[in-house]
Amino acid sequence: MSRRVVVTGMGVVAPNGIGIPAFLNALQTGISGIKFVPHYRDLNFGCQVAGLPDFKWDKLANYISEVTLHGLKATNIAYGLVAALDAWADSGMPYDTDETRWETGCVFGNSTSDTEAMKNVITRVDNKEVRKLGSRVVEQAMNSGVTSYISGRLGLGNRVITNSAACATGTQAILMAYEYIKDGYAKRILTGSAEHVDTYVYGAFDSMRVLSRKFNDEPEKASRPMSLTAGGFVPGSGAAALVLEDLDFALARNARIYAEVLGGSTNDGGQRGGGTMTAANPVGVTRCIQQALETSGVDGAKVDLISGHLTATFADKQEIQNWSDALNRRGNGFPMVNSLKSMIGHCLSAAGSIETVASILQIVHGFVHANINLDDPNPEITEIAGIDNVPVQMTKKDVNIVAKANFGFGDVNSCLIISKYND
Amino acid sequence: MTRQEILSELKKVIAPYTANKELLAGINEDTDLIKDLKINSANLVDIIIDAEAKYNIEIDYDSADKMINVGTCIDVIGEKINTRG
Repeated sequence: MSRRVVVTGMGVVAPNGIGIPAFLNALQTGISGIKFVPHYRDLNFGCQVAGLPDFKWDKLANYISEVTLHGLKATNIAYGLVAALDAWADSGMPYDTDETRWETGCVFGNSTSDTEAMKNVITRVDNKEVRKLGSRVVEQAMNSGVTSYISGRLGLGNRVITNSAACATGTQAILMAYEYIKDGYAKRILTGSAEHVDTYVYGAFDSMRVLSRKFNDEPEKASRPMSLTAGGFVPGSGAAALVLEDLDFALARNARIYAEVLGGSTNDGGQRGGGTMTAANPVGVTRCIQQALETSGVDGAKVDLISGHLTATFADKQEIQNWSDALNRRGNGFPMVNSLKSMIGHCLSAAGSIETVASILQIVHGFVHANINLDDPNPEITEIAGIDNVPVQMTKKDVNIVAKANFGFGDVNSCLIISKYND
Repeated sequence: MTRQEILSELKKVIAPYTANKELLAGINEDTDLIKDLKINSANLVDIIIDAEAKYNIEIDYDSADKMINVGTCIDVIGEKINTRG
C-alpha cells in the first residue's frame, strides 16, 4: 500500500515574522520584511535593501546548550536551528533524548556555508594565526553544518542529507523528504532550508545587476513581482522547517495534521532550449509542473493556488506563461497566484521552505495572501493570469490544492503539490 | 602566580566548555577534563587557545598533549608563565 505523507509541524524565521503566529499575521495583513541596510550604501551597492529577520541571537539559549552556543557564529545555522526546533516542538515532541531517533531523518538545504564566518578563517590564516582558529570552524564552514546542528540537537538517526539546488533548494529538500517517507526509508523527516545572504553573497548578486535598485529610499516597495516596475529581486534571509511524517505513524501518536504532501517533481532544463545557467528552459519548467501533478494524481484544473517563484525580474512573465502551458489554464480560468517575495524578498535557498509554510498556512486558514506592491500589474502577465487571479489584497477563500514551485540557477526546477488533509 | 591562583583563573577559561557548573566549582588537581567535566575532546584545543590569550603565553603541541587534568594544566601554564620572555 502506498504511504501517505503529512505535515505535522512547522517553524519559520522569516523577514516579516519569526514563529508561525507572527508569520501568519504578516501573511494575512501584508507586512513587508524588507529593510534599508546602511552598510550596503557604504559599500556602494546598487541595491541597498534586504529581507532581514528580526532575529535575537540571545534567544538561541532557549534552543541549544550554553557550550554549543559559545563559539557559534554562523547565522544560517542559527536560522536553520530555530526553524527546525520550532517545527519539532510544534509537532508535539520534546527536544531531549538519550536514545538516537532512528526513525527520523533530516533533509535540510542551504546555498553556502556562512561566508562572514569564512572571512574570519581567511583573515587568520593569511595573518599566520592559524593556531588561533580553534575547533568550531570546520563544523560551521562545512556545507552540512545546518543539518549537523539540527540532527545533533535532536538525536536524529535516519537519513541526514544536505541538499543544494540554488533557489530550488527548499522545495527540493521537502520533495526528497516526502519521497524517502513514501518509499518507506524513514517514518519522519525534519526538512526545510536556510539562507543567510551575507555581504559577500549579496555583493555578488548586486554585481550581476539582477537586484532591485530604484527603491532604496522606500524599502517596503522594493520587491515588486509581476509589476511593470519590477526591476530586479530583493535578497532575503531566513529559514523554514517542516516535520513530514508517514500518515499512519502520525495518527498513532495523535499528531495534529496541517496538510498532506501529494507529490512533486524536480528536474533540470539542461541549460538547453533557451535555458542557461541563469534562465529557465520553459520546457523543463512545464515538464516539472506536469510531472508533479501526475505523481500526485491531481488534474491541473484542480489547482486552487499557485505559489509562484516570481522574483520580480523579467522572468516573471515567462514563468506565468509556463504555468499556463503546464496547467492548460488561462485568463479567467487561471488559478489564483501569489508571490510571497513581494513581502520578504527572495530568500534563495530558504525561499522554497518559507513559501511552502506560507502555502500550508493558506490551506489551513482558508485565504490567499496579497501580492503587495502590485500597484501597476504588468498587463502582459494579467492577460495570461487574469487580473482577478492576482490578488492585491488578502482574499478569504477555500484553498484545497496549492502548486508550489521554485526555479534556480543551473536551470533546476522543483515543484510540490500540497493538499488540505482529508481523512 | 601560585597554583591556587592559576586554578581559580583556569575555572573561568574552562567554564564555557562544560555544562556542569557545580562540578566545575568543586574541581581539584585530579579532575579530568574529559572524563569528569564531560568536555568534548575537540574543545580541548579551544581551552588551550583561550588559556594562551588569557596568560599571554604560547603552549606548544607537546605541552598541550600533557593537559589532561586540572593539575597538568596548571603545570603547563605555570611553566609557560615562568619562562615568559
